[in-house]
Amino acid sequence: MTGPFDDDDGKVMTVPTMDADATVTGTWLFEHMTRIRRFEEAVERLHKRGVIPGAAHLYIGEEAVAVGVCSVLRDDDKITSTHRGHGHLIAKGAEVHLMMAEIFGRRDGYCKGKGGSMHICDVSLGILGANGIVGGGIAIATGSALSDLVLGRDRVTVCFFGDGAANQGVLHEALNLSSVWKLPVIYVCENNQYNEWTPSSEVTAGRIADRATAFGVPGIAIDGNDVTEVREIAASAVARARGGGGPTLIEARTYRQRGHEEGEEAYGAPARPAEEVSLWVSRDPLERLRAHLIDGAGVAPSALDAIDERERERIAEAVRFAEASPLPGAEEALEDLYAVEEA
Amino acid sequence: MREVYFTAAIAEALAEEMAADETVIVLGEDVVTGPIGGTKGLYDRFGPARVRNTPITEQMIVGSCVGAAATGLRPVADLMFASFMYLAMDQLGNQAGRLRYMSGGQIKLPIVFMAGAGPGGGLAAQHSESPHPLLMQLCGLKVVMPSTPADARGLMLASIRDPNPVAYLIDLAVTGTKGPIPDGAGAIPLGSADVKRDGSDVTVVALGSLVPLALQVAAELEGEGISAEIVDPRSLVPLDWPTIARSIKKTGALVVADPARRTCGAAAEMLSRAVEECWDDLRTQPRRVTWPDVPIPFSPPLEEAVTVTAADLRSAVVAAARSRRVTV
Repeated sequence: MTGPFDDDDGKVMTVPTMDADATVTGTWLFEHMTRIRRFEEAVERLHKRGVIPGAAHLYIGEEAVAVGVCSVLRDDDKITSTHRGHGHLIAKGAEVHLMMAEIFGRRDGYCKGKGGSMHICDVSLGILGANGIVGGGIAIATGSALSDLVLGRDRVTVCFFGDGAANQGVLHEALNLSSVWKLPVIYVCENNQYNEWTPSSEVTAGRIADRATAFGVPGIAIDGNDVTEVREIAASAVARARGGGGPTLIEARTYRQRGHEEGEEAYGAPARPAEEVSLWVSRDPLERLRAHLIDGAGVAPSALDAIDERERERIAEAVRFAEASPLPGAEEALEDLYAVEEA
Repeated sequence: MREVYFTAAIAEALAEEMAADETVIVLGEDVVTGPIGGTKGLYDRFGPARVRNTPITEQMIVGSCVGAAATGLRPVADLMFASFMYLAMDQLGNQAGRLRYMSGGQIKLPIVFMAGAGPGGGLAAQHSESPHPLLMQLCGLKVVMPSTPADARGLMLASIRDPNPVAYLIDLAVTGTKGPIPDGAGAIPLGSADVKRDGSDVTVVALGSLVPLALQVAAELEGEGISAEIVDPRSLVPLDWPTIARSIKKTGALVVADPARRTCGAAAEMLSRAVEECWDDLRTQPRRVTWPDVPIPFSPPLEEAVTVTAADLRSAVVAAARSRRVTV
């Protein structure tokens, strides 16, 4: 069968070879993609058990986008994230135990239990927050880039959003403004092919990447399941932004291996075609990276297994930390609304 | 002491803060020319990097202020008309008013959203909104509405320095007024009401352009033996309730004059609070003078029929002053 991206004529499956010097980088990429995968698997399991309250939107299958992009960012660069944000946060350096505690609704979580899965935030790492509104980070990322422009800082901001958000009007406002002002921002659309449960193709006209053209912004569609391609394209967009060249729109084509949210079977959410799911599982970004590292860069499988083992233990430790963290006290619901006046 | 026009007082405060703090920037629709007047002259003094005309994209103006404020700037956005805030409700309600709380207090958003509110004379239903009740309900934003040039200046200084998003509403009916600004006047803290006139028979809490109207009505009623105390809250979030409660204790009667629709208005909130917290001090039921629950119409007699007039306010104040609660 053909994938949904017929306009690429198979381009999504092209596999750039790894750079010769890429072993160290490749290990870093593998480590972070594995961390995300194991984190999400733990969330899936714990949500099923009823340990995690509320909604959980998993990033399994899309790890190459967050990790590829964040691998070319500096610590002082910034990102905005989405309701499906665990992967972006981990890729930007967030601590998994503080994330897990937040998802558990515990006091030691990143947001003291006030945010949950959809609102995790670590400003000190340049993570301006996951955002529960589809497209919610787009204007914020644009404003963050405005700060850098006005204050003369050579930082960039990456705005992650999905194919659903690409249909929000705010994206067009952002492409227009960032183009006019040459803002150092990179809009990364993760096209995982579904707007919640609706196939993107039913509700989306044309190619998302092409939308940039109307604003004089470079737009490029790439294989979002190939971390090396993501990394390469992101690096050039970041260099362009940092050098004053303005914004880029990257449409990273990928696939959400899980449903829109965990537990959706309970209310009869539509299942996706089994052959479609299995096609994309066969293009799994983590498996592809593993194969590249072993076959292309000569990394020993045992070395990768050791990384995987470490990450599993890291996630298990994060779960233990979250379980041990106290629930917030009722009085804390009234805290943190307003910042205290400065002297 | 100087006499200064209302919008010039705002521009003065903006210029003072921009000169003192290079992270303060002004952006919005036509801020270079400043049709309402609050941003006049800033472009010539501070240049294109810090005074930025934006496209007419309210959600991007508000949303980019959120991102800019979270990362080191203190943006002041001019949305021109408060009616246009409705185009930015996601950014106001879901982002500006939520990020600090959702992040457990990590994010600080020092932003001012300024806009002309209320009927400006024949501008009809889409340019005459006064959305302070809605903004009060959102929570997470502060809400300011000055009534005099001196307050406009002092409250703007405080709003820019405030580490939170502040909706600064300029009642369009007072933008053409002129008033004294004392020498050396500084910032006026948000949440500090001002008793504009002392009185003993009835407390009139008035907002924006209804403050000068209430002062005029109070002066007229003086001759009829009614002494009205006029309290201007100046900010609705935070609300200086102790000053209002103290006045109610003194007069035993409350009239709230609110330039907004009746249902769930600022007046509704204050009446509820008076009943809950000041019941024993009230000798008559609290009253409110508001717009009816319709949009602002275009034709001058229709606009006048909807907005609060001196006659509306006068009859409520007289009724409150002359009523006595009957206990059985």
